[in-house]
Amino acid sequence: MTQPIIHMESIKKHFGNVIALNGVTFDVTPGECHCLLGDNGAGKSTFIKTMSGVHKPTAGEIFFEGKPLSFDSPREAMEAGIATVFQDLAMIPLMSVTRNFFMGREPTKGRGLTKRLDIDRANEITMEEMRKMGINLRAPDQAVGTLSGGERQTVAIARAVYFGAKVLILDEPTSALGVRQTSNVLSTIARVREQGVGVVFISHNVRHAMAVGDRFTVLNRGQTLGTAVKGEITSAELQDLMAGGQELAQLEGSLGGTI
Amino acid sequence: MSAENLSQQDERIRAESLATKLMKKPELGAIGGVVLVTLFFLATADSAMFTLSGIMNFMTPAAQLGILGIAAAMLMIGGEFDLSIGSMVAFAGMVFGVFTVNLGLPLIFAIPLTMAFAALIGALNGAIVLRTGLPSFIVTLAGLFILRGASLVGLKLFTGGSTQLRGVRDAVEGDFLAPLFSGDAFTGLFGWLASIGVIDSFKSGTPKVPGIPVEILWFVAIALVATYILVRTPVGNWVFATGGDTNAAKNSGVPVRGVKISLFMLTACAASLVAIITVIDAGSTDARRGFMKEFEAIITAVIGGCLLTGGYGSAIGAFFGAIIFGMVTIGLTYTDFDQDWFQIFLGGMLLLAVVFNNVIRKRVTGER
Repeated sequence: MTQPIIHMESIKKHFGNVIALNGVTFDVTPGECHCLLGDNGAGKSTFIKTMSGVHKPTAGEIFFEGKPLSFDSPREAMEAGIATVFQDLAMIPLMSVTRNFFMGREPTKGRGLTKRLDIDRANEITMEEMRKMGINLRAPDQAVGTLSGGERQTVAIARAVYFGAKVLILDEPTSALGVRQTSNVLSTIARVREQGVGVVFISHNVRHAMAVGDRFTVLNRGQTLGTAVKGEITSAELQDLMAGGQELAQLEGSLGGTI
Repeated sequence: MSAENLSQQDERIRAESLATKLMKKPELGAIGGVVLVTLFFLATADSAMFTLSGIMNFMTPAAQLGILGIAAAMLMIGGEFDLSIGSMVAFAGMVFGVFTVNLGLPLIFAIPLTMAFAALIGALNGAIVLRTGLPSFIVTLAGLFILRGASLVGLKLFTGGSTQLRGVRDAVEGDFLAPLFSGDAFTGLFGWLASIGVIDSFKSGTPKVPGIPVEILWFVAIALVATYILVRTPVGNWVFATGGDTNAAKNSGVPVRGVKISLFMLTACAASLVAIITVIDAGSTDARRGFMKEFEAIITAVIGGCLLTGGYGSAIGAFFGAIIFGMVTIGLTYTDFDQDWFQIFLGGMLLLAVVFNNVIRKRVTGER
């Protein structure tokens, strides 16, 4: 097996007397899509925030490309190559696609006082990167507000990949999308994976996870319930694990297996 | 390759018309407003309004307000308000007066020190807003009263009981920096233009308009620099991003705190620039200086296309907004209308601008 890009070993995170994470082990290798599944409150958000440098773990170790590492800020994690696409996408609807694409990392030309935005190059790159992801923009100065949810998600992913993400953390990218947009985003994930990026796909939708995932880790009440490889587990089993098994079984009886 | 090219056109998207493209420019409303107001006064006002001296007459107050308005617009794009900007004019005026008159400092020290003092208060405003997470509206409203009160108390303290500090003109007389902040520029050019009869002159041969008041040059220069920064530099992108969605901007690596604090410092410095120019011009400073200017500056920014919610607007829009303001204030004196129509006109303009901006925003974001 190839060396993981990032390996999180027995991560614990306490907020005061609340134990959000109680020993989570997780890793992702290049070109793999590792799904992190769990119900609301399972600790998924806390975990990815720890991975992306927002939180510092209370205990446990993080190895980045084999070396122990601790990120002091999201910026450091970002520079190391860990890109997170949060649910809010970090997109600003009133701003153009290009301006969003390069937000915080604007290309410049000139020096000293004449240092300015290289708007032509920025526009060109944006159009090109979006085309690679299968989206044809009307114009690079189109406001992000005019894009659909799936397209926005794709812009966010394309942006992360363009800026050299080695690990791409996607926080429930499909949760608010329609059927067609979901399949677009899933195919974008597949495309990104082919480029050798390790994808961490957070979801509570087992079907979406099964569609692109190579490995599946289920989180419940701050603990990992184990990792399964694709083909070794059925979606029904995953579903049961996520809900803690027994509770869902009861529900299923009354709902006639519709979940 | 050909397939790729084919797929570049989406049949559901119609080509944009020129009108739609123009609609997306935030400053469109303000430019339209200038045209409307000009037409209105061409029809109703005395023809003297649009002579060279008439134009200087309304451009001077427009410039003083515009310097504040452009700074207010940048801050508003960055997602915050500064209601203390008017009181800051009085406060900075007092500080400047004390430096020049009481301490006798030359302008080369007095001006940077005044600016630094103002910037410090601006930074404090910003820090309080960021630290507490309270709306800047309420934090700077407190600043409005504190600074106005501090100007009154301070003036009484430094003058021994008066709310007016006189003698600034004598103190700065002959200072080599004074021409940058007072009087008229290009007097030689205007004299020459008068001598060859291009512009009107008095019988004695001196031109009726001796030159361009310096504040107008500052106003134009600041509008150009602010527009350049907003549209063509990374910092400008950060300002838009910060105002559009602070959290998103922060997550993308924009130094949100730095941007906001700098913008608060900028409005404070703009207020002290206006204070310095008007105080030297008047030769004295008093505690009522800049009264109500905070609201006028915000109106200027809104007429200029800024959204109250931040993230959208333009400096050049605020430039034209200020010109509308100046034209209406001064223009009414050239007409038969009662002067007091001014405020009604102003309120109407503001309402119209806000409604118009709202429609524009929906267009830009494709909201339905």
